[in-house]
Amino acid sequence: MKMPRFSRKTLCIPYCVFLIFFVILPMLVIFIYAFTDKNMNFSFGNFVKFFSDPTKLSTIVYSFVIAIVTTAVCLIIAYPVALILARSKMKRKFVLLFLFVTPMWINFVLRVNAIRELLNWIGLLGEANYFNTIFGMVYDFLPFMILPLYTTMMKIDNSLYEASADLGGNSFTTFTRVTLPLSMPGIMSGVTMVFLPSMTNYVVSDMLGNSKVTIIGKFIETYFGTDWHMGSMIALILLIIVFTSTALTGGFKSEDNVRGANL
Amino acid sequence: MIKKCLKAFYIGLILLLLYAPILLLAVYSFNESDLIGTWGAPSFKHYTALFTDPAILGMIGNTLLLALIAAVLSTVLGTVGALGMFYCKKRTRTAISGVSQIPIINAEIVTALALAITFVTVGMEKSFFTLVVGHMVICTPFVVLSVIPKLKQMDGSLYEAALDLGASPAKALFKVVLPQIIPGVISGFMLAVTLSLDDYIVTSYCKPSTFNTISTYVYNATTKGNAHTAETLSSFWALTTIIFVIILAVVLVANLTGRKKKEERR
Repeated sequence: MKMPRFSRKTLCIPYCVFLIFFVILPMLVIFIYAFTDKNMNFSFGNFVKFFSDPTKLSTIVYSFVIAIVTTAVCLIIAYPVALILARSKMKRKFVLLFLFVTPMWINFVLRVNAIRELLNWIGLLGEANYFNTIFGMVYDFLPFMILPLYTTMMKIDNSLYEASADLGGNSFTTFTRVTLPLSMPGIMSGVTMVFLPSMTNYVVSDMLGNSKVTIIGKFIETYFGTDWHMGSMIALILLIIVFTSTALTGGFKSEDNVRGANL
Repeated sequence: MIKKCLKAFYIGLILLLLYAPILLLAVYSFNESDLIGTWGAPSFKHYTALFTDPAILGMIGNTLLLALIAAVLSTVLGTVGALGMFYCKKRTRTAISGVSQIPIINAEIVTALALAITFVTVGMEKSFFTLVVGHMVICTPFVVLSVIPKLKQMDGSLYEAALDLGASPAKALFKVVLPQIIPGVISGFMLAVTLSLDDYIVTSYCKPSTFNTISTYVYNATTKGNAHTAETLSSFWALTTIIFVIILAVVLVANLTGRKKKEERR
């Protein structure tokens, strides 16, 4: 009898089992918790409670505002950086790019701690909680914006700029009609990669905002100690926000790999 | 000319801002003062404090051990998984890679909360094992993402040729396929190490209460405060400086050797 031939497909079984147990199952568990009450009976109570409580809603609004401001500031700072680097004729510009990315490899909490010490030295710590939080977030997430912008801009063909100039476009028209539209995909993925963590990463807001700034991520954390059902409901709402916005902005692209490992 | 200067000035300014906090800590790490802003005599006391505090040394060891174990396991699981996915039917492949992207897109806090609640629901005590699983959840998808492109570039007929020449499937995979995807495997491993070293949120949800990594230790020391805070906090300056220097060295070496290889190939 012939041995059944080894099928390479079977190699994916361990990973599939892993995904089922540690990715799909946990999502199901928070889904179940979100729609049950303390006695594990089905209920819409958490959903109703969430949307009828003004303090909860105002937290969400604050969190959104912080994330929008952070993303906007990051974009404003990062766009010229990426453009200058991408269009520079310098031979060793990759060294400059590395300089922008290197701080990302220091442990995240240590990095936030460094900003904390800086703010403390200036005298802002505990004084301007919202400013400090946004400052820290911009500092920490800036490379996430620079990298995707840079990679998209590097793909723009130089002859397009020349063509635009030959056809009589000044540098402003060239920017609005050539550079900006062609760098749109980079803007999109940069915005997604900055916006989402700045809504959820409560390490920055806790360490720099003197624990006075509550963003959605922190909100879930506080409910983890007291009410898992409510915590799961907020997590589920966040999950929906995250996946909708990712779908809207065209999804995650592997080439904009978070840490620039493929530089 | 003025334009060029402006550009250089802008790049320099942003870089200066980016490095200001780290450089500030680096300068004060060689000073005996425990408070930034008051200048004392030059001293190595923060470094001695760092290397003699058993709690700090313990958490540094924990961080490295966890990163290494989680990265090795993620790399094996992710590479084998990517191989399997690559040879599956398209529909199956899309389904698996869709699920695999969930931890990448998802907010870390949601992943962490879901895992922690699941562990409790199925009756698993939080242990080093749950912590490794948590880190594998965030690392493995990135390994898969960095291996898949290499598989796509590979010449598929080489594996068939190896089989025709009498190699067993295992041997063909190890001797023919693996060498071609190894750059993707290595970059996946590096990515897993950095993700694990950097993580705070998943760690804090999946760890047993007595276990600390650099992230959780520093976070607790700064936000919750404890008895020996001033000294502990200033030894973090030394730690930040050391890590920064190591990273700079690694980046430099990687760059120089990378350049050399490229030039040799030419």
